[in-house]
Amino acid sequence: MSAYDKVLAARAKGRPTASDYINNIFSDFTEMHGDRRFGDDPAVIAGIAILEQTPVTVIGLEKGHDTKEKISRNFGSAHPEGYRKALRQMKLAEKFARPVICFVDTSGAYCGVDAESRGQGQAIAENLYEMMTLKTPIISIFIGEGGSGGALALAVADQVWILENAVYSVISPEGCASILWKDAKRVKEASECLKMTAGDLKSLGAIERIIPENENFAAVYKSISKLLVKTLHDFNTYSEKKLEEMLKKRYRKFRKIGEI
Amino acid sequence: MIADKKSFTEHDAKLTAVNIISFPEYDEKIEKARKESRECEAVITGVCKIGGYPCAVFVMEPRFIMGSMGSIVGEKITRVFEYATKKHLPVIGYTVSGGARMQEGIISLLQMAKVSGAVKNHSDAGNLYLTVLTNPTTGGVTASFAMLGDIIIAEPNALIGFAGPRVIEQTIRQKLPANFQRAEYLLKTGFIDDIVGRREQKAYLARVLKIHSGGRS
Repeated sequence: MSAYDKVLAARAKGRPTASDYINNIFSDFTEMHGDRRFGDDPAVIAGIAILEQTPVTVIGLEKGHDTKEKISRNFGSAHPEGYRKALRQMKLAEKFARPVICFVDTSGAYCGVDAESRGQGQAIAENLYEMMTLKTPIISIFIGEGGSGGALALAVADQVWILENAVYSVISPEGCASILWKDAKRVKEASECLKMTAGDLKSLGAIERIIPENENFAAVYKSISKLLVKTLHDFNTYSEKKLEEMLKKRYRKFRKIGEI
Repeated sequence: MIADKKSFTEHDAKLTAVNIISFPEYDEKIEKARKESRECEAVITGVCKIGGYPCAVFVMEPRFIMGSMGSIVGEKITRVFEYATKKHLPVIGYTVSGGARMQEGIISLLQMAKVSGAVKNHSDAGNLYLTVLTNPTTGGVTASFAMLGDIIIAEPNALIGFAGPRVIEQTIRQKLPANFQRAEYLLKTGFIDDIVGRREQKAYLARVLKIHSGGRS
């Protein structure tokens, strides 16, 4: 598959969305709405659930399934209140020592008048800032599109995983082609150049693990569930010392990207 | 203009952009930017005194690929925060940027997280961080360290936003209201502390540094 084929696969109709992963991997999912400041953003699903026997906090960027749901979820493009809702749940996760698991699938944070006037940049910045030192394990899984700052705002994590056919990029290939070459038709070339596929991201050190896909997504959910259980067990953050080590490692991991 | 005479010492002056993901035509672009701006990258970092008060500074350079943030910009700003944390110095940062530099792909996006982490450590150690947003400050820089100052001031009429106005107009297919995303608008909506013109900045910064000089930093 070419890089552009992967872009198309990541966006394909019928590809499972965050809520499918949440429903298939966890039990007792209980959704929590609202950022307590402005409103409730349907592009972000957040709540608490059980993974095997462990209580966890789950957050997902949700694109929706049918046209009606897609519109109501703004096609997975969050407003500032969505990122603030996510952060509120992360703070509660820290308080109750629950690991945070994020599912990322968005073409990007929403670019609109309301989003700007409510501080889209400030909301994303605050998530990056707070997530770096959040005292509980964070695992982020890219399941479809990982569009720029709007994706990163849920991906300052101890472990970042990506599905085989998901993508993660600083800009969409369409945006890159039209800004750089003033030619939106060069999107295939831009997809290659941006190094946005799972394999490229792994070799650049941007992600830790690639999750193989299978036409039968039930197998994918099962493998993610197993990996989550094992990884959270390995974190073993019950002592303050282990927690400090984990946070140092989290900082080092991002610190070394582009380090001289 | 802002620093006291002869007080500025530059850090990492020689660090220059590298074509980290072998992006086509990027090497030529770097070369051209170096010639035009006479700088090695889109940010200058170092230490200086303002009104006699020592601080660490970073100043972004719009003539270098629109002040865009690649790995070296992220690296230099991270280093200046780490230095300031160690020396208990306040950081004053002047931002101007078109956002993350797409020719460095995911590496430039991740600089947002890297710098934000360094800002957090500096803040957790009780140090002051003040940003001065200049025209234009957009994209990944707005969505990371520009908006993380304890104190955020902007220059009059500076454009400040996450998405650029053209992108928004294309998305919503409407003309934007006048004044939208300008410093005055951000002051009204509560996202910045004040608007300070260039001539008043030195006195303003010196006063803020003075008020914070008795604390932990």
